[in-house]
Amino acid sequence: MSHYVQLFVQAAFVENLALSFFLGMCMFLAVSSRISTALGFGATVMIVQTLTVPLNQLINTWLLRPGAWAWAGLPELDLSYLGLISYIGVIAAFVQIVEMTVDRFFPALFRALGIYLPLLTVNCAILGGTLFMVERQYTFGEAAVYGAGSGFGWALAICAMAGLREKLAYADPPEGLRGLGLSFVVAGLISLGFMGFAGIDLR
Amino acid sequence: MTSPSLRTLTRPIVDENPITLQILGICSALAVTRRLDTALLMGASLTFVLTLSNVSISLIRSQVPRGIRLIVQITIIATLVSVVDQLLRAFAWELSRQLSIFVGLIVTNCLVLGRGDGFAMTHGIRASALDGLGNGLGYALVLALVGGVRELLGSGSLLGQPLLPTRDAGGWYEPSALLLLPPSAFFLIGGLVWAVRSAKAEQVEEAEPVPEAAQPVPGR
Repeated sequence: MSHYVQLFVQAAFVENLALSFFLGMCMFLAVSSRISTALGFGATVMIVQTLTVPLNQLINTWLLRPGAWAWAGLPELDLSYLGLISYIGVIAAFVQIVEMTVDRFFPALFRALGIYLPLLTVNCAILGGTLFMVERQYTFGEAAVYGAGSGFGWALAICAMAGLREKLAYADPPEGLRGLGLSFVVAGLISLGFMGFAGIDLR
Repeated sequence: MTSPSLRTLTRPIVDENPITLQILGICSALAVTRRLDTALLMGASLTFVLTLSNVSISLIRSQVPRGIRLIVQITIIATLVSVVDQLLRAFAWELSRQLSIFVGLIVTNCLVLGRGDGFAMTHGIRASALDGLGNGLGYALVLALVGGVRELLGSGSLLGQPLLPTRDAGGWYEPSALLLLPPSAFFLIGGLVWAVRSAKAEQVEEAEPVPEAAQPVPGR
């Protein structure tokens, strides 16, 4: 159990996808000007991440990795070069399903999040979570915990960023730095802050 | 080469640079720039993928129904990226290990999809190819700049060749450890945006309207 807690904390804070690996940066800078939208978008990322990482883990284990087809009598088949296309296909299909489900059963949530849902397909944090899972060869349980932890960390980061940017509306920076330039500097400072988590060890 | 097509090629390099103005493809620009060689390799891979994907998307643009265009585009891009990934694994194994998952992440690089959907879907093959090449070069230029500064000041070398003799090796230069840490890429790109916008004032953003409550109360 403590192994999973450790993995969750590591994925959420120490190896924060947004602030240590810079994944999903485009959305991170584009959607973080208001706390309310950042919260909604962060929550959606977390849900999709929690479900697609274990799903892709199953696909990698049973269909793609070398020897995955041994149960069908084809032990030397290696389909791992199809990885990228399969993972992005799963993510695109899944985002579509989430969109339709939310639209059907939670219309209020859909009105709030509708425009962000299609963007999730090209959010590199989501594909990145899957690729890290493959590279580190997580088991199914680890993949589920890693997905939840990394999604949580991303949501936390974008909310922190949005909170700071709301306050920055009152600042008076040099003209060339206004907007994008200042956002970069702020993101860098949050990222420095998150590096303080690197010393955490729960074992 | 006629001048409109030359403009298509050169405009994205500085004036409409994908990173400093369009806010596209930032993730990888920050993550792979610790050293110059990985930055250059990433720039080259992305330029390759972007040019070919723009051409392919432009080729089939009138056959693709609008409803499924994103899936078609992303499949084309994922195929091209798989080719690049396999080539790098075969011929540049060490560098491909250092790029880690970031070559795979070109699939979701918003620059590739953004130019594919925003430009190639509505323009001819030749213009799309030039646009892809130009945007790729603009992206590679920023990556090379950031990667060069970080490697030179962070470890005193360029492309692995020591230029500034470091203290450890008996020289005078004390490497700045900050530039090896991830956050330094944010500061460098932020500074770069500032520099570009100081030179080109038309890129400066409008100030955000300050919420009502913060307006100074008259008569106080």
